[in-house]
Amino acid sequence: MDSSQIVDDTTAAVELRALSKQFGGVRANADVNLRVERGTIHGVIGENGAGKSTAMKILYGIYRPDAGEIFVGGKKCVWASPSDAIAMGIGMVHQHFMLAGPYSALDNILLGAEPVRWGFIERKKARERLESLARQYGLPVEWDRPVEQLPVGIQQRIEILKLLYRHSNILILDEPTSVLTPQETSDLFANLKKLRDEGKTIVIITHKLKEVMSFTDRVTVFRAGKVTGEVETSRTNPQELANLMVGRKVVLSIDVPPARPRPETAIEVQGLSLAGPSGSRHKLSDVSFSVKRGEIVGVAGVEGNGQSELLQALLHPRESRCRTAGPVRYLANDVTVWDAAKIRDLGVAVIPEDRQSEGLLLERPVSENFLLGLQRSDAFSRAGFLRLRNLEKTATLAVEEYDVRPRGLMNTAGQLSGGNQQKLIVAREFQRQPQVLIAAQPTRGVDVGAIEFIHNRIVRARDEGAGVLLVSSELDEILTLADRILVLYEGRVVAEFQRADVSERELGLKMGGG
Amino acid sequence: MLAQLLASTLRVSTPLIFAALGGMFSERAGVVNIALEGMMLLGAFGAAVGTLVTHSPWLGSACGMGAGILLAALYGLFAIRLRANQIVAGTAINMLALGLTPFLCKILYDVTGSTPPIPIDQRFRTAPLYLSWVLVLVCWVWMKRTPSGLWISFAGEHPEALNAAGIRVNRVRWLAVLISGALAGMGGASLSIFLSSSFSRNMTAGRGFMALAALIFGKWKPVPTAIACLLFGFAEAVQIRLQGVSLLGSKPIPVQFIQILPYLVTILVLAGFVGHSRAPKAAGTPFQRE
Repeated sequence: MDSSQIVDDTTAAVELRALSKQFGGVRANADVNLRVERGTIHGVIGENGAGKSTAMKILYGIYRPDAGEIFVGGKKCVWASPSDAIAMGIGMVHQHFMLAGPYSALDNILLGAEPVRWGFIERKKARERLESLARQYGLPVEWDRPVEQLPVGIQQRIEILKLLYRHSNILILDEPTSVLTPQETSDLFANLKKLRDEGKTIVIITHKLKEVMSFTDRVTVFRAGKVTGEVETSRTNPQELANLMVGRKVVLSIDVPPARPRPETAIEVQGLSLAGPSGSRHKLSDVSFSVKRGEIVGVAGVEGNGQSELLQALLHPRESRCRTAGPVRYLANDVTVWDAAKIRDLGVAVIPEDRQSEGLLLERPVSENFLLGLQRSDAFSRAGFLRLRNLEKTATLAVEEYDVRPRGLMNTAGQLSGGNQQKLIVAREFQRQPQVLIAAQPTRGVDVGAIEFIHNRIVRARDEGAGVLLVSSELDEILTLADRILVLYEGRVVAEFQRADVSERELGLKMGGG
Repeated sequence: MLAQLLASTLRVSTPLIFAALGGMFSERAGVVNIALEGMMLLGAFGAAVGTLVTHSPWLGSACGMGAGILLAALYGLFAIRLRANQIVAGTAINMLALGLTPFLCKILYDVTGSTPPIPIDQRFRTAPLYLSWVLVLVCWVWMKRTPSGLWISFAGEHPEALNAAGIRVNRVRWLAVLISGALAGMGGASLSIFLSSSFSRNMTAGRGFMALAALIFGKWKPVPTAIACLLFGFAEAVQIRLQGVSLLGSKPIPVQFIQILPYLVTILVLAGFVGHSRAPKAAGTPFQRE
């Protein structure tokens, strides 16, 4: 098999020809052509919904194409299911890891490919083979530990070993760095380079231009279901790629003038602690900080280090589970026992962490989503009845101003793309003329064009006097926007920097607990 | 007296162990199985009828298991194939079994209350008791050491991972649900042709649910689950022992009151331990391939 696969060096590892795919009338891929050379790291970039994941899922056999052909090593292939693709040496690391937490690393890797003797799994044999693979590629893992006890970087390593164990030669990684620290990210790419040098072909789906620039050999750009460009990385630059992705000229990093903080404090917490359920470790320990009006304070950290708990404590101080200590103050009011509505009436705007579950009612129209939380304000209600005409007028203006597309107020929020959902939330929250803005992962899964827009709005809110707390796991975002930076690690604030005084490397180290 | 009580505990635990192990397969594979009660009941009926017809408890219990499998197949149709809500579908199955058994009884024997008695030489003496403990060990090895055991675990914990590994999740779930029907049927059989001498109306009386409680208490693992069954079995043995006993020289405690005991233990155990026990993550969630 191995010798017959190597036809000659000019054959692509993978080639997609004129691939098309529709989902119920929506065109996900149209006439996609993509060629991945053998032994390279190939980036596939595009905004959300541009069709890059669809194309890769077709390649992996999860979806069947409506039209078009797949060639692997020069051979035409038709997949009935992922098993066929796996048999041809294609493997995929999904964005959400396919690992069962309570089971050992070993079992997670073996699953579906167990060596069996007399009906029993031969774990010893499997382990020996894995250990030699781990040595060959420099990917050591504690085989017997439950996966949930291992750090995310190691979990990803387990996913990669899973593919190697199945003799994959073509590795597809879907947004592999979204949950990694900067250090883990550079480890990952070092490992991928090693794999490439050992002859593997690697395809990375991502929307991070920086990674594409520093780690790939070639790039294919998707936009609106089509391939808009395929270039050699060394012959392009981030600006060109961004323009190909968005279809117009975008401003990659906005210039943020320095803040002029006012003396008044917008948010203040002192010694905030939050214990997890049933006496487990503290989810937040002794967190103290303050945000002045007119400044942006960024909270950096890898996800899962207490950000969600911090937001919970700030937005629902009264209901925060297992709350143990520490007052929360907004604009010099102690709000520890206030309910959310009362807090919001102080002029607190919130861009929630998870826009789909906390920020919007996906089944309801845009106009109602715009009203959420404002339904009791004088502008939209009188004597217990909604002032629908006012709502329509204001919402129409806001949708225009914040460029939510499509414009229709009667579309459901679920029909909007991620970026437009987020813009809708920003439009709504800014109706309050915020004095305090809490923005959590404001540009997660949002396309490059919308990122630019949202960032500009946040800065404008700051300049109009709002105190902004920006919680983000995107280091670039923090470094672009924040005037001061706090690093959250395992529920503690482990470092505080002025933006001007800190390098990305230094921040990355602190985020990893260093 | 203690020895008697322990012997009795072992005996009355037997149906619980079979049913709980059955439940383990289905729930570990991600299908919540409150239909265990109904499968047990139909199994008890099937075993009684089978024994009356074939005059062999072995063939009879095979009939009981078959009846359990049939009902499990119906449950699987709703819960797996049609992706119905598992609690609702399970409740429907239980009600079906509750109504179907007297109905069939009426057709076959012209009474709704119970089947005719099974002669003592055609009933089990001890076999199900030993069999149940052998089965505990088999299940333990099965789940830990075989590929299908691993697949069942992943089908309940992370079905997408199993699917991505090239194994058909719903096939694994079907297998697990059918096994669970067979074992629940065997549990029912050990009620009707081992612990008593005939099938009688609603003779499971919540034992299917008790088996579920034992499963939760035992953290969905075979050996701890079996031990939890012993605890419930003990409560039942004590209950049987206490019937007719008078406290403080007065009149005997009303029997209905004593009969509460096993259920009370179930509630206390569930209330006290459920929070600490972690169910398979995907239990109750139907699986659909992308």
